[in-house]
Amino acid sequence: MPSLVNTALTFLALLLAAGPLHAARIEVVASFSIVADFVRQVGGNRVDVITLVGPDEDAHGFQPRPSDARAVREADLLVANGLGFDAWMERLAQSAGYRGPIVTASAGVTPLDAPAHDGHAHAHDHDHDHDRDSIDPHAWQDVANARIYVENIAAALARIDPDGAQHYRDNAARYTAALATLDAEIRRTLSVLPPARRKVVTSHDAFGYFDRAYGIRFLPAAGVGSHSEPSAAGIARLIRQLRREDIPVVFIENVKDPRLIERIGKESGARVGGTLYSDALSGPDGPAPTYIDMMRFNVDALVDGLRGDHR
Amino acid sequence: MIVQGLIEPFLEFEFMRRALAGCVALALGATPVGLFLLLRRMSLMGDAMSHAILPGAALGYLAFGLSLGAMTTGGIAAGVIVALAAGVVARSSILKEDASLAAFYLISLAAGVLLISLRGRNIDLLHVLFGSVLALDDASLLLIATISTLTLFALAVLYRPLVLECFDPSFLRGVSGLSPIAHYGFLILVVVNLVSGFHALGTLMAVGIMILPAAAARLWAKRLATMLVAAGVIALASGVAGLLTSFHADVPAGPAIVLAAGLCYFVSLVFAPGGVIGARLYGRRHLEA
Repeated sequence: MPSLVNTALTFLALLLAAGPLHAARIEVVASFSIVADFVRQVGGNRVDVITLVGPDEDAHGFQPRPSDARAVREADLLVANGLGFDAWMERLAQSAGYRGPIVTASAGVTPLDAPAHDGHAHAHDHDHDHDRDSIDPHAWQDVANARIYVENIAAALARIDPDGAQHYRDNAARYTAALATLDAEIRRTLSVLPPARRKVVTSHDAFGYFDRAYGIRFLPAAGVGSHSEPSAAGIARLIRQLRREDIPVVFIENVKDPRLIERIGKESGARVGGTLYSDALSGPDGPAPTYIDMMRFNVDALVDGLRGDHR
Repeated sequence: MIVQGLIEPFLEFEFMRRALAGCVALALGATPVGLFLLLRRMSLMGDAMSHAILPGAALGYLAFGLSLGAMTTGGIAAGVIVALAAGVVARSSILKEDASLAAFYLISLAAGVLLISLRGRNIDLLHVLFGSVLALDDASLLLIATISTLTLFALAVLYRPLVLECFDPSFLRGVSGLSPIAHYGFLILVVVNLVSGFHALGTLMAVGIMILPAAAARLWAKRLATMLVAAGVIALASGVAGLLTSFHADVPAGPAIVLAAGLCYFVSLVFAPGGVIGARLYGRRHLEA
């Protein structure tokens, strides 16, 4: 029975892997592609990263496979975003029998309330309802928050691998410097836009932190989460709003059905911009394989759409 | 004021007009097909077929990525293969149509789930493939309209044999060579109309607009021609009512349309001649007259 032999071998391999810790590289399991990129930047060649929700995939409806559970059990460290984005991580760790630490990469960021769920213009009145579900989890859209993520990850890696602490500190410092450059670059690039043209519409409320940090208004076409089906009333409100406020551009995201957005764009006279990457990176051949690439790509797409020589 | 509320949404917004056009096309194509399904006691086939098309859509996706055309073609091909295979088995073995269809659609569904998991496990394929009635782009609308037009022609051509097939299949088989054409042609019509319904209403809701108006119409009419007209009218009315409800009450359009059709069904169930109270009501009157 070759399959029995296989099973036995797999078991043996598991036992061996669980045996002497840190003999090889540190195994980190990250919940989704953006956090995984941070771990890679900080961990460098001391760390192997496994990503549960890969590039271009949607973390909202994640279904773990047995191979995921095995990766989690064998991991030395789990990294999650937190803020309710990947709440399944804790359950998965428990059911997989993982006993190590779980880092919440977003710990320490100032959370933002999620926009009102009807996809209407209230993205800016923050009623102070700090219900866990109403927190916007996409904190990485502000580069300042990405620096907090990196600090958290570097500290966690240093805790489980003290020998590499200096290595992680150096990498984190280098990467943080790159993030500071990125932040300045974003502000400089966006500064060409006049205040009247600093508003866009997207299919997903993922840019609240970007809005707060860089002053571009993102009006949602549909609520947070990928499952709520829009009503005719919601779409009508949005189109009226686009017409009334003369919104220059609407964006389609990498994980949503583009037909609805296209319809809204056509009907309101707004231009349909390209893709904005919000909660997943692209594959290695795409335009946004790393976090820094993603932010640059988004900013270029925004400026391209908003500059205003198209209409 | 009321009239304004009924008409203005369609005047102001093109997406409402497109949704309306989609509903008209469905009422003309999918609903008549649904009526024949109902009369052939195959009302549940629609649901089965919605699973059967999955592997084709998945193959289209694996080969060409998120291309609507490729996934639709693949889906139709898989659906037709399952429908035809089930039909062949039903006509040439001791298994009845429902059993052979169940077997094939379950196999097909499993193959589809497996294929999807081979790549991009976390993309909700059917959701991507089949949008909302509020987001009909040119391609989807054209597809739905084309399918409805072809369906009307096909039904006109197949009408006689289909009627016989509905009421006395063995007679038709005995007297005419048209029987297999009617049978398989009809199964193909079911598949393409399901796909057109999926584009407009999504996989969950599409079968609703096929069967519910047909069931309601069946309760009102005795003659097939009347039934067909009634089913189409009920489907169209449900479409308009559902769209307006979605517009004024801020609810998703697909479920609203199907629930409107469901309401028609309940009213018919109670008051129509073929319904619960209606049977006694009209029956007595008939006796008195």
